[in-house]
Amino acid sequence: MIAEPIVQFEDLCRSFTIRRKAGRLRRHAKIVHAVDGITASIQPGEAVGYIGANGAGKSTTIKMLTGILVPTSGRVRTCGYDPVPQRRQLAREIGVVFGQRSQLWWDLPLRDSFRILGALHRLSTGEATARTEQLVDRLGLADLLDTPVRQLSLGERMRGEVAAALVHRPRLLVLDEPTIGLDMISKERLRHFLIAERAEFGTTLLLTTHDMGDIERLCERVLVIDRGRLAFDGTLPSLAERVALQRVLVVDLPEPSPDLQVSQASHIGSDLDGQRQRLAFSPKETTAARVLAEVSAVTEVVDLTLQEPAIEDIVRTLYGVA
Amino acid sequence: MADLSAIEAHRILIGSRIRSQLAYRTSFWLNVATSVAVGLVEFLEIYAIFANVSVFGGLDLRQSALVFALANMGFALADVIFGQLDTIPTYLRLGRLEVLLVRPMPLLLQLITADFQLRRLGRLVVGVVIIFVVLPGLDLGYTASTIYLLVITPLVGAAIYGAFFVTAGGLQFFLIDGAEFTAAFVYGGGYAGQLPGSVLITPIRILFTFVFPATLTAYLPSLLIMGLPGPEFLPAWLGWFAPVFALWAGALAWLAWRAGVRRFTGAGG
Repeated sequence: MIAEPIVQFEDLCRSFTIRRKAGRLRRHAKIVHAVDGITASIQPGEAVGYIGANGAGKSTTIKMLTGILVPTSGRVRTCGYDPVPQRRQLAREIGVVFGQRSQLWWDLPLRDSFRILGALHRLSTGEATARTEQLVDRLGLADLLDTPVRQLSLGERMRGEVAAALVHRPRLLVLDEPTIGLDMISKERLRHFLIAERAEFGTTLLLTTHDMGDIERLCERVLVIDRGRLAFDGTLPSLAERVALQRVLVVDLPEPSPDLQVSQASHIGSDLDGQRQRLAFSPKETTAARVLAEVSAVTEVVDLTLQEPAIEDIVRTLYGVA
Repeated sequence: MADLSAIEAHRILIGSRIRSQLAYRTSFWLNVATSVAVGLVEFLEIYAIFANVSVFGGLDLRQSALVFALANMGFALADVIFGQLDTIPTYLRLGRLEVLLVRPMPLLLQLITADFQLRRLGRLVVGVVIIFVVLPGLDLGYTASTIYLLVITPLVGAAIYGAFFVTAGGLQFFLIDGAEFTAAFVYGGGYAGQLPGSVLITPIRILFTFVFPATLTAYLPSLLIMGLPGPEFLPAWLGWFAPVFALWAGALAWLAWRAGVRRFTGAGG
């Protein structure tokens, strides 16, 4: 038996009409194609990263597959449901975290939010308690349960959000920018949790993000959307083949210097007469520490930053190469 | 229809809300006092009129006070339950509606319970007090039908005003910043319901009876209670049909709400 895809898009389109005043009585209507013919499917158990620049159509797609927005044309099915008409049945099968919009009750303690969600999803008290305890334990929320949500830090709240989305053991977890604004430790903690959760329950994951780190740690497959169309659909390694997913190490030197020549990274630019230099390296072949060690052997390093590949650059390279 | 899990979820939610509101006693009682004050100020408007005239729309002060009190009780009850709906523009602006839509519960039910405010019950106090003050002086014969009308009217009134809240809520999806509109519509309807319907000019009288049945929330049933005839286009016997008008208002609200949600999900009106 071939399992039914958990998410299926068939020539999915969504356009919006934007009306603008043009003169005293006339109005210009402009049609914006936010999603413009996407065909793809996601199988149960997959972990898919959905990336694209701002305004590329990510959120619109997410809204269509979660039952918030009706497609203009084409078809979307999620967990076997037609999302908008069967919104409530679908809601029992999916968990959604909108990074910038809380699903918790801001003035109630976290504990109450979990209890309410358990009841909303018709879990028995025993079931809800057991699952909540498990999530609280794994996400390190035990000390925060009695704190009103409004007093939580962003990282703490986000862990609460992910727990809230998983209380009813959804088949599909949709995370819309879950790590936005989080510090490195909070990000890692969340990623660790998600990896373990998927290993245990086989939850399908669909993740939109601006952070290539999320994709590299969590996803096997990547969909790249650009101006409403799919620019890439394939595995992470095959994306890496087409696009150099390079890190950039930016080093500040004590004084203007000639371009650094190191064996494990390539020099891609200098500012301030070489006082700040940018070195690109592939994280598959080496590490930032090794590159830094090589630089340090030649000159003193005053300060440094490490840059992740920007989604915009990936999209640009995809088109450049294709 | 009765979904136990929904009842349980909202019991926890409302219980939790009430606990958090009662946690700050001073603040809570101040809020209740404000609610009571709002009700009193509204009554003062009626009272002020009678400082100048002895009969208003065919009713004296006591009779007008009965109309006011019944309408006010209905409105207060509707406000406790549906008052939340005037925050829809905020939900739209902050994108919080999306979160509600991915939960397995009707949107309207979630919005109603999202921020339950116990203090709104303060308004109910004013109506109840006025009823008990004016009833003895009205010299009514307490028949079964009078008692029936006294009990049923605030409840039917609550249903009608609740329908106004929902209708306005649905329309807010079509308006850029709908809070003012909702206020004008809902509170305008509430105000119309508190007055003797006979003082409204004919088109308004017809609008607030046969389209948005505000006069059915208190005025017409009050005429029946007091055994008075109605003005032109508003025979007192219509008061017996208040529950039917409530159903009509409910149907209107359902249509407006459905159109609003469809607009939001882009499914077309």
